[in-house]
Amino acid sequence: MQRALLAGLLAGVNCAVIGVYIVQRRMSFFGGALSHTVLPGMVFAFLRGVDVFWGALGAALATALGVGWLSRRREVGEDAAIGVVLSGMFALGVLMMSQVNSFRDFNALLFGSVLGVAAQDLWLAGAVTILVLLAVALINKELELASVDPEYACVIGARPNRMRTLLLVITALSVVTAVRVVGALMATALLITPAAAALVWARSVRGAMLSAVIVSMLSVFVGLLVSYHYDWSSGAAIVLAATACFGVSWLVRVIQR
Amino acid sequence: MLPVPLFRYHATCGGHHTHDAPALVFTNVELGYAGADTPVLSGVNLSIDRGRSIALLGENGAGKSTLLKSVAGLLPLRDGKISVLGHGVGQCHHQVAYLPQHRDIDWGFPMSVRRFVLTGSYIHLGWFKRPGKKERVAANAMLEKLQLASLADRRINELSGGQQQRLLVARTLLHGADLLLLDEPFNAIDTENRELIRTVLHALKAEGKTLVTATHDLEFGVGFFDARYCLGDGQLSKEAPA
Repeated sequence: MQRALLAGLLAGVNCAVIGVYIVQRRMSFFGGALSHTVLPGMVFAFLRGVDVFWGALGAALATALGVGWLSRRREVGEDAAIGVVLSGMFALGVLMMSQVNSFRDFNALLFGSVLGVAAQDLWLAGAVTILVLLAVALINKELELASVDPEYACVIGARPNRMRTLLLVITALSVVTAVRVVGALMATALLITPAAAALVWARSVRGAMLSAVIVSMLSVFVGLLVSYHYDWSSGAAIVLAATACFGVSWLVRVIQR
Repeated sequence: MLPVPLFRYHATCGGHHTHDAPALVFTNVELGYAGADTPVLSGVNLSIDRGRSIALLGENGAGKSTLLKSVAGLLPLRDGKISVLGHGVGQCHHQVAYLPQHRDIDWGFPMSVRRFVLTGSYIHLGWFKRPGKKERVAANAMLEKLQLASLADRRINELSGGQQQRLLVARTLLHGADLLLLDEPFNAIDTENRELIRTVLHALKAEGKTLVTATHDLEFGVGFFDARYCLGDGQLSKEAPA
């Protein structure tokens, strides 16, 4: 249980931090797509007897770079590029799963299994969290500028397109850590929901990140507690706790206005 | 020479300038957007000396913004060459400031007025370095100049349209460039804001800055523009002095 909590908190922290940029830049659809497109990578790794983390990581990075490349070319809009990559990769994952006799083997991949978190997963989640926090700390001012005014970022040579690609790659890393905790189908929630709850109130990116981390950690803690006591699916409990936080945040803001 | 950041942004000239070069030289320039067969502008030949104030006039879609964007390095040239302060386009970022149109900014981004102005100092900081006391003092001075100091802690979306336009001017000033590209600086603002911005722009001209302004507004005051150029039918032509 301690291991599950730690894995959940680490995934929650890095997803919440990067989620602020994903939500604010209206890239939530991309976040949602990422959590689905990791499926073929995970299934491939599972069938090969390799840690699913590496399979998920490979598929997520391929998605991030693929969507970035496709949408930079002007033949296809970004949302269409994401839609095409999402459905194609997910279908590939389902096809690979259908080659195996039982879908039950993949329950943990799809819906998460915090009880199956190994020590190695914790190290990987810890490394990703350090990497994400370090990247954000180093280039936050350029990320901010590229988000609020990409043209000016380009004028001063801060390369907003590269900022965007970097953001996609960091997001891919964050989603992969979340997949272990809440499963492929619900990993988006850790990326989007705490950030969305925080941004309802935020006056600065730093404030939004801090609030999103608190919402995320609270959701993981409450979700695991409920899951433990009532024998609920841990992933679903965490996501529902985050959704409740968003609901309260939004409602209070609406009433206040 | 301005201090060069340790990790400067892409392709900055490193502070090496050709001081006797004109501010802008266009040689047979053709401009257009990717995917469009017809160019927006073609056969543009123009030389603008330093310290001059130039107006680009024309209807919507005539190519005023397109011309400014090409000088700012936001739009690749289809043909020809543009020399900016003796350098190629995009090689002297710290000496070229660009004031975008109001609609090009994500005003819903969670950012304070003070922090937004500070982005004008980033070109002098480069990668990894955060704004320090010197930059904050300079940013506050620009906020004072544009009468935004009392609003410094507000979110940028809490300002009126005119205040947001003044904010853009404040950031452009903090950039500290010799060449300023101004895209519709008076667009959709009231008389009071217009007067303040006009005063600031006249002061910049008096300081010897080169100003290239895209506008269909001629209320800049007498003597502000040294020359006016009309854009239409894909061509640029000099307007006869009134």
